[in-house]
Amino acid sequence: MIKKIICINCPLGCEMEVLKDDGIIKVSGNTCKKGEDYAIAEIMDPKRIVTTTAKVIGGDREVVPVKTDKEISKSFMFDVVAEVNRHIFSAPLYVGQVLIENIFDTGVNVIATDFINRK
Amino acid sequence: MIRDVVVIGGGPAGLAAAIEAKKNGAEDVLIIERDKRLGGILQQCIHNGFGLHIFKEQLTGPEYANRFIDEVKNYKIDYMLDTMVIKIDKDRNIIALTPNDGIINIKSKAIVLTMGCRERTRGALNIPGNRPSGIFTAGAAQRFINMEGYMVGKKVVVLGSGDIGLIMARRMTLEGAEVKMVLELMPYSTGLKRNIAQCLHDFDIPLYFNHTVVRIHGRKRLEGVTIAEVDSERKPIKETERFVECDTLLLSVGLIPENELTREANIPIDNITSGPIVDESMQTMVEGIFACGNVVHVHDLVDYVTFESRIAGRSAAKFVKGQLSFNDKSFKTKGTYGIRYVVPHRIDPLNVDDSVNFFMRVDNVYKNVYLTVKNNGQIITKVRKAIVTPGEMESVVVKRSILEKLNKGDIEFTLEEIKND
Ligand SMILES: Cc1cc2nc3c(=O)[nH]c(=O)nc-3n(C[C@H](O)[C@H](O)[C@H](O)COP(=O)(O)OP(=O)(O)OC[C@H]3O[C@@H](n4cnc5c(N)ncnc54)[C@H](O)[C@@H]3O)c2cc1C
Ligand code: SF4
Repeated sequence: MIKKIICINCPLGCEMEVLKDDGIIKVSGNTCKKGEDYAIAEIMDPKRIVTTTAKVIGGDREVVPVKTDKEISKSFMFDVVAEVNRHIFSAPLYVGQVLIENIFDTGVNVIATDFINRK
Repeated sequence: MIRDVVVIGGGPAGLAAAIEAKKNGAEDVLIIERDKRLGGILQQCIHNGFGLHIFKEQLTGPEYANRFIDEVKNYKIDYMLDTMVIKIDKDRNIIALTPNDGIINIKSKAIVLTMGCRERTRGALNIPGNRPSGIFTAGAAQRFINMEGYMVGKKVVVLGSGDIGLIMARRMTLEGAEVKMVLELMPYSTGLKRNIAQCLHDFDIPLYFNHTVVRIHGRKRLEGVTIAEVDSERKPIKETERFVECDTLLLSVGLIPENELTREANIPIDNITSGPIVDESMQTMVEGIFACGNVVHVHDLVDYVTFESRIAGRSAAKFVKGQLSFNDKSFKTKGTYGIRYVVPHRIDPLNVDDSVNFFMRVDNVYKNVYLTVKNNGQIITKVRKAIVTPGEMESVVVKRSILEKLNKGDIEFTLEEIKND
């Protein structure tokens, strides 16, 4: 299997080709080691920080921006957003406040990234 | 009352400039912001990826802004919200509109302009068709979705591959919309590669280069767009036209610095950046009026905005204390082959602390080049670049010790091909 991946670790954005065959991974097109590491991670288990918004009641805004406090498997992206959308939080909220603990048992929390004052 | 430094705009540029002015001895610093909160555009940029250079970690926009807002509060810097500056003049008089006191006058020893930028709208594009609802700038959609909690559509076409458009393509996909495609008029993207990877590739959203929207369909709500490929002169090719059904069109076709105040005060503007001409201290051509951030030129990383704004704030404090020397021995900077513009525009080596970070944008995609800085035909410094693109700002640092040795002529920035030998 060959996959094309753009390295996101620096502005150069090297376009890499990753070849995966019987557990052997070969990366080409990278300029430095960081690219290779990223390409391997992207093939094995790609991870992302997920950011979205959650509903708030009684606040000076209707929604609060949130993020996962660690990277989470890419396959969970939509599930995280859906789970966050099922909750409503009440103001006040502060930056860094844990809103959903240990989401899907991944050890990752969903935290607020902005403050919301009471209306 | 006479203020030491008044900062116009409470975005990241204004916050950093105000903090730095205070830290460097300006006593009475005031930030004036027209929005309900400090933070500027960052309030709506809820995605990750800010602060890698300044904080060595990846923050979201509001988190990045809040670090500075906390500092503003710790330093007890004054700020006025819901207050819009409507006029400034060369003598640093400020007129602002407030919710409680109506129109107020403020006199300031130094002003820092940090009004940011705004998005180009459809008006600037001239697409024929009706004016149905469902057409937004990507930034407006970002504000609706991320700050006000409204979803703006279900089937989306994005015109322009600017970063805000790419980020909104991901955001709307995650919220359940179908983003059909991103169209880019140019043969290259104007967005960061990282955003193309994580906003489009992650979700299999196609990006079509050399494509544009030629017609808008729908009366009340957008029903679709006709798209077409363009030729090398960027004229649509008739035979390639096709209809794409959608209820939402997001425009991400570039930002323009917000300089109405600057123009009215007759502060000279650079026609290419659309921002004021500034020197090494981020001082405009009017004494005591400084500028930084997107009001000067559009930055793609907020970290660079912060770097630049710290210089502006520090210089404003120096000016207030009478420590900013003024002489006419400034060197002009100039972009030649491949370089569209260079900021700062003028350099007085005596006012440089340690070095100057020159920012510039190129006019096309070039591979394997030297970015060369010259004076009087002599090379001052050159940096090898595997690739430069108009979507990513370039920068070159030149030491004060080198600038001090220049004696005449412009400081020229140019691209040179690397010959294979
Ligand atoms: C929609 C949008 C999305 C963006 N997304 C990103 C991104 O994801 N990542 C990134 O790095 N950069 C992004 N940028 C670029 C971003 O603008 C900069 O990174 C950064 O926010 C610029 O800081 P600034 O302080 O110069 O401008 P801004 O953040 O725009 O702040 C300017 C402030 O000045 C205020 N103001 C303007 N005129 C007046 C007046 N007359 N009186 C009082 N107040 C005034 C405005 O209300 C605003 O708060 C985006 C820009 C836009 C427009
Ligand atoms: S491989 Fe290295 S040089 Fe290339 S984009 Fe990644 S980090 Fe940058």
